[in-house]
Amino acid sequence: MARAAVPGRLTGRLAWRTARLVEAREETPTARTLVLDVSGWPGHLPGQHVDVRLTAEDGYSTQRSYSIASAAQGDRIELTVQRVPAGEVSPYLVEGLSPGYPVELRGPVGGWFVWRTTDTAPVLLVAGGSGIVPLMAMVRARRAAGSRVPFRLIYSARTKNDVFYAEELRKRVRDDAGLDVAYVFTREEHGRRINVNDISTAGWPADFQPDCFVCGPTGFVETVADILVALGNEPRRVKTERFGPTGA
Amino acid sequence: MGIVSPGFQGKPRSAAVTLPPGQYLTEDFPVLSAGPTPRIQLDQWEFVITTEAGVKHRWSWAELLELPSETPTVDLHCVTKWSKLGTTWRGVALDSLFEQVDTAADFALAHSYGGYTTNLPLEDLLDGQAWLVYEYEGEELGAEHGGPVRLLVPHLYLWKSAKWVNGIQLLVQDEPGFWESAGYHDYGDPWREQRYQGD
Ligand SMILES: Cc1cc2nc3c(=O)[nH]c(=O)nc-3n(C[C@H](O)[C@H](O)[C@H](O)COP(=O)(O)OP(=O)(O)OC[C@H]3O[C@@H](n4cnc5c(N)ncnc54)[C@H](O)[C@@H]3O)c2cc1C
Repeated sequence: MARAAVPGRLTGRLAWRTARLVEAREETPTARTLVLDVSGWPGHLPGQHVDVRLTAEDGYSTQRSYSIASAAQGDRIELTVQRVPAGEVSPYLVEGLSPGYPVELRGPVGGWFVWRTTDTAPVLLVAGGSGIVPLMAMVRARRAAGSRVPFRLIYSARTKNDVFYAEELRKRVRDDAGLDVAYVFTREEHGRRINVNDISTAGWPADFQPDCFVCGPTGFVETVADILVALGNEPRRVKTERFGPTGA
Repeated sequence: MGIVSPGFQGKPRSAAVTLPPGQYLTEDFPVLSAGPTPRIQLDQWEFVITTEAGVKHRWSWAELLELPSETPTVDLHCVTKWSKLGTTWRGVALDSLFEQVDTAADFALAHSYGGYTTNLPLEDLLDGQAWLVYEYEGEELGAEHGGPVRLLVPHLYLWKSAKWVNGIQLLVQDEPGFWESAGYHDYGDPWREQRYQGD
């Protein structure tokens, strides 16, 4: 793991900005993509996230982190939020926030879990559930840049109906040369958890020295990262982002 | 006050606990790490303090266990916004390790197995403010939470409590660590909400 993950440190304060919901798209019955207009958005790298702050009438406020799903494109950013049962913030973002409503956010944050369009190593993306969000930003940035870096995505979801961006992923695989997508379903008939076989068949041989990005709930990320290291990938090439709570 | 998002109510507020700004309470113990979890053999584990003059002080696992242990109960504040209150650990106060160390340095860079680093002022590691811990809630510290041994500096955001710690390098000048190089704050006081550079 290199110490200087990002050359040139961020300077100046990351200011809170007011974002407004422009439109929302349903991804699954329990998740939706929020298209936000953030004036003066400085741009971001795929993999980065924002901190969202919600404030109630009585002044109470709370913050959560959300990965950016879209490739950098002017003042628009997209987040995709999975509703967590009895959650404080995600149910509001999935069901309460209406077009025109404001939320505050600041970012982009995070300089390690990022893919740059100038990177040339083959890329393996491994997503568990809503962990697809920052990885989709990478797939989209690759396309936007016309990059030919070979990408493989392994996407573990509960069922076919829980897949985010399903239609777009179908199109990307059809139209974007050098992008492959494999699915693992945990709750379909014969469903199972991701295993070493999935990763060695649908991933890259370690000899290719791929850059690996793994994102999802803690247990999923632990399992996949351990498998990647056991398959011979250098730990510093395995970048992880853990979203969820932990059972451990 | 921030800008109100219409209809957002938030959780029922209890006046009883005061958390640092922007933090919320959790009962779980989420994990934040940049890469795979390193697995370290205890017979190979060691902890090294290197002074600014290059003098090294080493402790093996057995030697660490011989030092007097303490069981601090502390609150944790993670920069990813969760706080967890009243966690109990067992470990050795860094004061015990520094008894033998002769230094005039003002800064420390903690190093970990796996290559992680984080920077702190040396004074924040002393006077009963920091420990090398190896038990969590009465059990051996699990690898995903930084075992066999992690640093615990509970008055700063949790990324300063380096997991899988294996050494402290003493420095005359501050040097950014891993997350600090990626835009996170050099000091990281949760009560002043010092999450990112410039906060
Ligand atoms: C860097 C980063 C990026 C993230 N990106 C995204 C993203 O792109 N999309 C997204 O939907 N979320 C993302 N998250 C998770 C997000 O920040 C919140 O934790 C999540 O939305 C739950 O918040 P809440 O207020 O609804 O639930 P809370 O009120 O915080 O929690 C309610 C209960 O649900 C449990 N819980 C919390 N999170 C989860 C979870 N993910 N799955 C199952 N149970 C949970 C808690 O343990 C608690 O018991 C990201 C987190 C991080 C740290």
